[in-house]
Amino acid sequence: MDLTLSDEQRLLRESAERFVSETYNADHRRRVANDPLGFSAEIWKQFAELGWLALPIAEDHGGLGGGAVEIGILMEAFGQGLVSEPYLSTVVIGAGLIGACGSEAQKQALLPKVADGSLYLAFAHSERVARFNLAEVSTTAWKTPNGWRIDGRKTAVLDGNAAGQIIVSAQVADDNGVGDLCLFLVPAEAAGLTKRDFPRLGGGRACNLELRGVHVGADALLGDGSDALPVIEAVVDRAMAALGAEAVGIMQTLLDQTLEYTKIRKQFGRPLSANQVIRHRLADMAMNCDEARSMALRAALMIDAEPVARGRAASGAKAKIGKCARFVAEQSVQLHGAMGVTEELDIGSYFKRLLAFDTLFGGSAHHYRRHAALGGRTVQS
Amino acid sequence: MDLTFSAEERAFEREVRDFIAQNLPAEMKHAQSLTPSVFSDPDIGIAWQKALHAKGWGAPGWPVEHGGPDWTPAQRWIFEAECARAGAPNVNVMGVKMVGPVIIGFGSPAQQNFYLPRIRSGEDYWCQGYSEPGSGSDLASLKTRAVRDGDDYVINGTKIWTTHAHHANRMFALVRTNETERQQDGISFILIDMKSPGITTRPILTIGGDHEVNQVFFDDVRVPVANRVGEEGKGWTYGKYLLEFERGSGIASAKLREALKTVSDLAESDATGRAIDDPDISMRMSEIEVDIDTLEMTELRVLSALQTGQNPGAVSSLLKLRNSEIRQAVTRLGVDVIGHDGLYVEPMRPFYKLNEAPGIPEEMLPVVPEYLNSRAYTIFGGSSEIQRDIIAKMVLGL
Repeated sequence: MDLTLSDEQRLLRESAERFVSETYNADHRRRVANDPLGFSAEIWKQFAELGWLALPIAEDHGGLGGGAVEIGILMEAFGQGLVSEPYLSTVVIGAGLIGACGSEAQKQALLPKVADGSLYLAFAHSERVARFNLAEVSTTAWKTPNGWRIDGRKTAVLDGNAAGQIIVSAQVADDNGVGDLCLFLVPAEAAGLTKRDFPRLGGGRACNLELRGVHVGADALLGDGSDALPVIEAVVDRAMAALGAEAVGIMQTLLDQTLEYTKIRKQFGRPLSANQVIRHRLADMAMNCDEARSMALRAALMIDAEPVARGRAASGAKAKIGKCARFVAEQSVQLHGAMGVTEELDIGSYFKRLLAFDTLFGGSAHHYRRHAALGGRTVQS
Repeated sequence: MDLTFSAEERAFEREVRDFIAQNLPAEMKHAQSLTPSVFSDPDIGIAWQKALHAKGWGAPGWPVEHGGPDWTPAQRWIFEAECARAGAPNVNVMGVKMVGPVIIGFGSPAQQNFYLPRIRSGEDYWCQGYSEPGSGSDLASLKTRAVRDGDDYVINGTKIWTTHAHHANRMFALVRTNETERQQDGISFILIDMKSPGITTRPILTIGGDHEVNQVFFDDVRVPVANRVGEEGKGWTYGKYLLEFERGSGIASAKLREALKTVSDLAESDATGRAIDDPDISMRMSEIEVDIDTLEMTELRVLSALQTGQNPGAVSSLLKLRNSEIRQAVTRLGVDVIGHDGLYVEPMRPFYKLNEAPGIPEEMLPVVPEYLNSRAYTIFGGSSEIQRDIIAKMVLGL
């Protein structure tokens, strides 16, 4: 039982916070918003040089073998600056999926490229009718003499426009019927792949994908063809823990800015913060930030636990942090008054990123239900 | 970082579990499960204290030279969690967790030698004389006077909301020994024998139907000056020190989890027509469970800070606030779960001494009184509004 940062972790936090505060600001965000990538390729190179892209990748594949706590430290700093580089889609999810179920050849071919910054990845999984149910996929991969033919539609593919390889989930099928859920590596330039690219709420970009008769080779199948759902669940839990840490960074920034504002802004001859109703609201915001911090850390520390405990920790964190985030975001706008609803302050950008966080992989209600369902509903003691 | 306990801590957890299995009688556990009040009745609370004392565990947080077991913060956490899981009674916290640490920190050697062993053994039963009818949240405005007369103080005034004053043989109290410009400076911390002439106790029944609190009157009560803890006029400092223990002493999450487990068992039983199948009940159950996970994680963060010698600071206010809010959410859910059976009123106390079977399943008896009593959680020990003031000041620097 030790929840204090090690010296290495403290250094990682300091360097990440310093980098983010020196690099990211409103001007920077406006510039990348107009970039077709939705982020800066230059900064991505710096991430590689800092070792951040190699952080969670196994040492055998050119990585540093870091864990969810280290990812959380980075993500929290990223939240402070609303970093839009595709760290989640490429490093946490993409490299996570390849590391968890790829063949040795696939890992050797792809993971070093993630680590050195030369390959972006995206995960195309969600489908409209499935809502947030990870098990529901109607995209199919038909066995062909040379490999696979993939047909289907995917929504909200984060950073799909930038990705060199898109990891697509599909039900394998042949003349005998439908089989397991599997993952396929689809090159960005594959024929039959159509992307509808759009700017993403809160920064960065995403796309909706249509796959119509997309042919890939036999080696596009990620891993050995066994059911990929457990891996998808594990990696999405990891992504939710990382996103939770990012949300903590965003919330803390909103709290700090709002606190500062209420001290400076004067009405009726005194600062807003002199009013008890404002002070108590800020106290509630601070508590929500602290609770979110507890739950993000808890999810990270339980990420290697057995699937039920891990899933409950990740869903509990997603649900609770989502609720806390909404409160902090909405109250930050409220306490900034009319200025809070303008694009002239940063508050709105942070607000929108938290809204995106709450939506991604399912909102609080979905995750309270998953938390209950995984526990067999009886309260665990 | 590591969220798991070490092998030694696991071994300690097994030791505690074994001890409880051998020393917590089924009747005592049953009695506690039917206790709707915040505090356990002394017949079970003192009996449990004596069992702990016999094992050398009578004063978990105390230093070893005063008879504490020399536990690490992690061991204390494990101990409290295991007691909660097993449904053990609450011991007299006013002794072990409140006045004990103050006597250890500021008392004279004579006071330490006299009082501390009697707290550990369960021989003395303490109550807390803080609030007054005119001084609730604004505690420093208290008016109970202690006037020096030779080797005695003569005390006049009244204290209120005094938990278990009708059971206690001793009270620690904040009294005014001086009229000073800053009212905090005129307060002293004093130990009073409840059998002293001039003390009368009036019961106050609360809305749950329990007699837990009282008003205590002092009419020319003589207390030796030797019973003052520390310096005259420094009582506020000692009292605040104690309040931090009161708020932060909680390893509350394990108790909350057991309380929710009880509600969850009811909700899954045919006795409530499987209330859990109501999606609103089910959703609230999940939300509360996650809130308890959150509180537990914050407690563990505090624990980890304590282990490495850091002061967790104002987080005790957050823990107190959330503990009380979650407690109320659990008890409110309980009322909704038992439905019409919540209309049944049983005025007799304690429930575990009823002579005939009640008209509803026995385990439902405490549900409504617990909810009613739990309204006090956001009021005692510094109301939620006071805690928010503290957070604004201490955490946010406002």
